[in-house]
Order: sequence, then C-alpha cells, then structure tokens
Amino acid sequence: MTRTLWGSTIGKKTIMAVSGLIMLGYLVVHMLGNLKIFFGPPEFNGYAHWLRTMGEPFLHYEWALWIVRVVLVVAVVLHAVCAYQLSRRDLAARPSKYVHKRARAGYATRTMRWGGIILALFIVWHVLDLTTGTVHSGGFQAGHPYQNVVDTFSTWYGNVIYLVAMLALGLHVQHGFWSAAQTLGAGNATRERVLKGTANLLALALTAGFIAVPVAVMTGVVS
Amino acid sequence: MRLTLRVWRQPDADAPGAMVTYGIDGISEDMSFLEMLDTLNEELILKGDEPVAFDHDCREGICGACGVVINGDAHGPERTTTCQLHMRHFNDGDTIDVEPWRAGAFPVVKDLVVDRSAFDRIIGAGGYITAPTGAAPEAHATPVPKPDADFAFEHAECIGCGACVAACPNGSAMLFTSAKINHLNVLPQGAPERETRVLDMVATMDEEGFGGCTLAGECATACPKGIPLPSIAAMNKEWLRATRKVSRS
Repeated sequence: MTRTLWGSTIGKKTIMAVSGLIMLGYLVVHMLGNLKIFFGPPEFNGYAHWLRTMGEPFLHYEWALWIVRVVLVVAVVLHAVCAYQLSRRDLAARPSKYVHKRARAGYATRTMRWGGIILALFIVWHVLDLTTGTVHSGGFQAGHPYQNVVDTFSTWYGNVIYLVAMLALGLHVQHGFWSAAQTLGAGNATRERVLKGTANLLALALTAGFIAVPVAVMTGVVS
Repeated sequence: MRLTLRVWRQPDADAPGAMVTYGIDGISEDMSFLEMLDTLNEELILKGDEPVAFDHDCREGICGACGVVINGDAHGPERTTTCQLHMRHFNDGDTIDVEPWRAGAFPVVKDLVVDRSAFDRIIGAGGYITAPTGAAPEAHATPVPKPDADFAFEHAECIGCGACVAACPNGSAMLFTSAKINHLNVLPQGAPERETRVLDMVATMDEEGFGGCTLAGECATACPKGIPLPSIAAMNKEWLRATRKVSRS
C-alpha cells in the first residue's frame, strides 16, 4: 500500500492532503493560543509554560511539545517533498506553452507553489526568531514569549515578513483545504458549497487571527 | 466577415513550428469554425501552398476529433466542440489564434494535429467490461437504480476529445480518466473489475506522462460535454478504496 501511495500521483496528493490537514489543525490551535496575548503577560507566558508541562505527570516535561514538533516536521517534509515531485511532473507534462496567453485558474490556485515556498522560508525564520531566538531582535529571553513577541513586531521587517507570510497562508489554505477534500474523495456536487465555505472561513479566520497580534503591537494595544 | 488568422504551422513532429498569419475574407457567420478553416485551405491549395492539417470527423459534436485551441481556449469561446462553434461568435476584423492541444503526452504530428493515442492506452488498461459478447441481453435482467444510471450516463458522455488535458495548466488527464472510471464503476456490469480498473487506468495515466491534478478547474470549464469537476473527487475516492482493498487481500 505504501508503494502504491508513493508511486502514484493520486497517492502523493493523498499524502499532501493528510499532512496539510495535520498542519491546518495545528495552525487553528496555534492561532487561538496566540490570541491569549490580549490578556496580558502573565496569562500569555503562563500558557506558553503550560505547553511544556502538558501531559504531565504521564509524560515527562516538554515531551508532549516534542511529540507535536516531530509530527509537524514529518508533515512539513512529506508535504514539501510531494509538492516538489508533483510540480516537477506537472511542468514536464506541459513542455510547450500556448502562444495565446491567458490566466489559468484562480489567484489562490496559481500561487500555491510560490506561496508554499514563502511559507517554508517563513517557518525557518519564525522558528529562529521566536523558538531558538537565533535571529531575534534585541535580547531573546526564553520563558518570556510576551516580551519576545513585542520585540519582533517592533521592527519593520518583522512586521513585513509576518504580514506577507500570513496573506500567503490565507491563500494557501483557501485552495489547499478544498483541494484536500477533493483528493480524499469527500467532494461531490451537493457538498461543494459547504467545502468552499469552510475553506474560505478557515483562510479568513487564520489570517485575521494571526495578523491581529502584529497589528496590536503596532497600534500599541499590546506593548 | 474579414478575419486575420494566426495558425500554428509545423511540418512534422520533429521540425520546429511557428505561428503563421493569414488574411481571409468572405467568411459567413453561419459557417462552423472548421468550414472557415476549409475555406482557408482551399485558398492555400489554389495558391500552391500546403493546406493546414487539422483533425475532424463527424462534424456534429459527438466524435471528439476536432480539437484545437482557439484564442487560448480549448474548442474556442463556446462550450462545445470546434465543429459546432460558429463564426457568429467572432466579430468582423478579429484576429484569431489557432493552436494545437499542448501536452507532453499529446505530441504534435503536424500543424494542428496531435497524437492522442495515450488516451487509447488508458482505455486499454481497464476502460471496458469483460462480458461475453453475442445477442444483446434482456434489458431488465440487471436492475440499475435511477441515480446510478444518471451518474453513469453523465460520465459516458465523454467523447475523449482531450480538451481537459489541453486546458489544464499541468497537462493532466484526470477528468478524462475519471469520466471513464466513474461511468463503469457505478454500474453492476462494471463491478467485477471495479478495483483493478481504477488502479490500472490511473497507473497508465501516470506512465503516459500526464501531470497531476491541482484542482484548477480549467478542465471542467473546457469540457464540451460538461463532465463536472467533482468527477475527479469521485475517482480519487474509488482509487483510495481500491488501494485499501487490494492491500488487504
């Protein structure tokens, strides 16, 4: 079965759909957690600490967090490898272009590949900025995420990178969620509107929810 | 009508091609697009030039032979076949671009003619039922629920013209393959080969070098027979079901 999945275009799309939905589920939780920043430093920092003690005493300190991280890394890698291989194949399947050019498919569909690359680069920067603190502006303090977030969004480039990435995320999710549903065979004529509506709602909620944080720092609501 | 045509001319599969411009006059708006091309070819033959090669057969919209890309759209601006497209959908003085289907799996043979035998090989991999031939069986011997019959017929309308592949930014044959699979897999006559059909036809589709589906939706918009986009989701469902089932046995 693994060989069939990996050897077929539909199989690779299935892997992309499942890994995409795993990442999407994580993003919804991540976005909701971020909004705790509006309740002040003690609550936001306390939430960040709880993420490390989650699952105790059954799990050791930070184990739950590491399990989530491993699952996410596997999902990102599988998603990206399949996307790369399928894209190579898709481009080869149309070797000569039409002379009479016109835009094919919607904006969200056409920007899936570049959007995905933008998101991959963003994830690297985001982890180096707010998880490891390697490229953080100002002094990175582990265990004080509230101050770290405020520091990042007090720089112009921090805001620009984040806003661009979140717009790319919205477009990616809008087409990606609906596509995943089709790939997994959940799409049919009667469910079309529900699936498209859910995709739009997820895209809007994620983009708006994530963008609320830098906007709040920029306007001084969070400082 | 007076028109300017820009037509893809390519002497054979290996030679390079280019768009060549022709002026044409005296076109009636009641002519079909193919009759307009016939008129151009008559003029070219009288001048001693090589006529434009294009595929055509029934000229009544049911055979799927006459596929060309007109102004970037497979079969042109109307949702029909090129033979059923009439010149009234163009204006006097228009410049019209005519190109062959573009896909790695559909190599150009000459001018506007492409080799679509990759479709035949997909059909050969499972687009049939294994049944004894002979006299037609009694029609009521195998009951088929009405919704299933409608679903099968909707997909049986596919004429294999290749517009879906030509319109797809990835040169994917998913809509064609889904039409053939859904047509047979929903019927009791297709049930004995339900799993092998979808697995073998999808594998052949991949082997022929067609691209994957990114749900751009261009195929369903271009399809002259109105095969809908959710057909692809239905095929994906069949493929996943067959993959699970075959791996269990």
